[in-house]
Amino acid sequence: MTPKTLGVFLAGTAILSPFAATAQTEVLFWHAFTGRLGELLAEQVDSFNASQDTYVVVQSHKGNYSETLNAGIAAFRAGEQPHILQVFEVGTATMMAAEGAIVPVYDLMETTGAEFDPTAYVGAVAGYYTTSDGRMLSLPYNSSTPVLWVNRDALSAAGIDPDVDLTTWDQVGTVLDQLAEAGSTCPMTTSWQSWIHLENLSAYHNVLFATKENGFGGLDTELSVNGPVQVAHIQAMGDWAQEGKFIYAGRRNEGGANFRAGECALFTESSAGYAGINAEAEFEFDVRPLPYWASVDGAPQNTIIGGASLWALEGHEADEYAGVAAFFNFLSSTDVQAKYHQDTGYLPITAAAGEATREAGFYEENPGTDVAVIQMTTNEPTGNSKGLRLGSFDQIRGIIDEELEAVWAGDKTAQEALDSAKARGDQLLRRFEQANG
Amino acid sequence: MDKRVTFKGWLLPLCLIAPQVFISAVFFFYPAGKAIWQSLFIPDPFGLSSQYVGLGNFEFLLSDPFYRQSFITTAIFSTLVTLASMVPALFLAVLADRLIKGAGVYRTLLIWPYAIAPAIAGLLWLFMFNTRVGVVAWYLGKLGYDWNHVLNGGEAMGLVVVASAWGRISYNFLFFFAALQAVPKSVIEAAAIDGARFWRRFFTIVLPLLSPVAFFLLVVNIVYAFFETFGVIHTITAGGPQQSTTILVYKVFSDGFVGQDLGSSAAQSVILLVLVGLLTVIQFKYIEKKVHY
Repeated sequence: MTPKTLGVFLAGTAILSPFAATAQTEVLFWHAFTGRLGELLAEQVDSFNASQDTYVVVQSHKGNYSETLNAGIAAFRAGEQPHILQVFEVGTATMMAAEGAIVPVYDLMETTGAEFDPTAYVGAVAGYYTTSDGRMLSLPYNSSTPVLWVNRDALSAAGIDPDVDLTTWDQVGTVLDQLAEAGSTCPMTTSWQSWIHLENLSAYHNVLFATKENGFGGLDTELSVNGPVQVAHIQAMGDWAQEGKFIYAGRRNEGGANFRAGECALFTESSAGYAGINAEAEFEFDVRPLPYWASVDGAPQNTIIGGASLWALEGHEADEYAGVAAFFNFLSSTDVQAKYHQDTGYLPITAAAGEATREAGFYEENPGTDVAVIQMTTNEPTGNSKGLRLGSFDQIRGIIDEELEAVWAGDKTAQEALDSAKARGDQLLRRFEQANG
Repeated sequence: MDKRVTFKGWLLPLCLIAPQVFISAVFFFYPAGKAIWQSLFIPDPFGLSSQYVGLGNFEFLLSDPFYRQSFITTAIFSTLVTLASMVPALFLAVLADRLIKGAGVYRTLLIWPYAIAPAIAGLLWLFMFNTRVGVVAWYLGKLGYDWNHVLNGGEAMGLVVVASAWGRISYNFLFFFAALQAVPKSVIEAAAIDGARFWRRFFTIVLPLLSPVAFFLLVVNIVYAFFETFGVIHTITAGGPQQSTTILVYKVFSDGFVGQDLGSSAAQSVILLVLVGLLTVIQFKYIEKKVHY
């Protein structure tokens, strides 16, 4: 802590202490954000605390997404749980199944009598955290969706028109051929392979990733990642990997470094990559919608989100829950939400916030920032594209990562790898069903 | 020739072993018992409900070919880590032992890496071998070798072995160095007068005298490779590519603390406990017979 921040901190506690004496209701909020995102979160909390004097939200950082979820779970077991826990989207089924540990948002709003209009939220975003019968379980906080990032300079250097149409994977394939011929060492790379190239691929082509509406319909779901659409896509990617046109950099967002350094021409990555790419890239870039296979009927449907939502945990007093509800409503208010959307590149959770951003002329000043919003909201989500709700999903992603690596390395065909991913993933789904049945 | 000293009565000896028993009970028997108990259930993460499955968790694990493969991966990994941390340590200790001037400086320098936490060591090696910005990877590229531990399982294994063994070399060095200093000079000198050259003296006199220390280090290093290396693996490969660096203890960690599957994680700990117990018994029963005290 530098002397300056220490000073601010001391001043802050000095200001806060008299308030504490008047017994404000304290609401604990555990999250996984650091850096710029952590600052923005702290800013939101501070302005909520300043906006009223009944409640005070106390935020604390608990590590990365997995660590934060673990901290929340361990705290719950010890009876020390916070009021609000930020949980990444793959933890949704785990949280949802934990009846008795969570207070669903619709329930929270009802019992505290807070204002709540579920229709104000963007369906494609909130749907991920909503039951099949339309009840919201957790409040979407930071949501993004995958898009295609293009290094325009790299295309020009290879003698390709930087405005070339990259709407479909066939067109991308042609451009990759040209890039490879021109000697590019990294025509395309990706981050989060399972999320983009299987989970989103499935939703975007309106096919199931898992049976029972991707798990929304019950715990007895099975993976269907080895369908013809997925196999064809992964095989195409595998072939590109063998030909040096798709460079695999790692399971998370390692590929981002290669793209931001200007090495790679195309990059499939979250729309929330905007801040980093904008800050670091020393080349002309633009954002395109995620490509799709034109040969598949019903494509493009809509992509699904990644990110995290806020869960209210069980075991606290009624007036504290009123504070949680007030904070959730504050986060959903148009001004706060529009600012967050513009600052971070995360999707707006309410339609009003998106509208306000458009009216303020933000999308015109920052071209491409609305690609993700359009891609997600043009079509009403179907049963195949609302989102995913699978138990042990973090581990299932690990299995998919392993199997995809076998394809990129040329050890397995796409069909073999995805058949194996399904068989292994289904075992974990059965265990989860057993534990929570 | 019985030189055993015996206590009169029971109270004093009981008091003397009580602290050790207490520590073992709190830090070993209680958690181990808890793990065995937990391994019989599939609990939900929040501890709200629990299904008794008997040996179901073990059946689930042992019927999984990937889990069985993990035993082989662990065997390869721990053998390599043990060799890679003991052989260079012995070599360095022998060299440092022959120094007349500046031995203290070398000794201090050689001990430094031990002060670095495994996860940090993992990051350091990861940076050096990063496929895009790594110094070593870059030089290998210059030599025409395309280093890619992200997709190549053998290279990934090599990298985690080196990163795990590196800090350990210092630890082993300390023990070997101390043991070398304890080798009686008179024996060495006698052999030298008889015309034995350095390497002959080393293999026939020094090495047998080092065997108790070497045996101790063997046991300790295998335990280290089994249990304490997951920080390195977590930061460098997270068990990949495919499952080429998923050792048993890493799977315990990732299933339990990432996957929230506490039943399977507990069952794996029990399997690991039995395995290491067996290994130690084998080591003491067979290898120790070749050790001269």
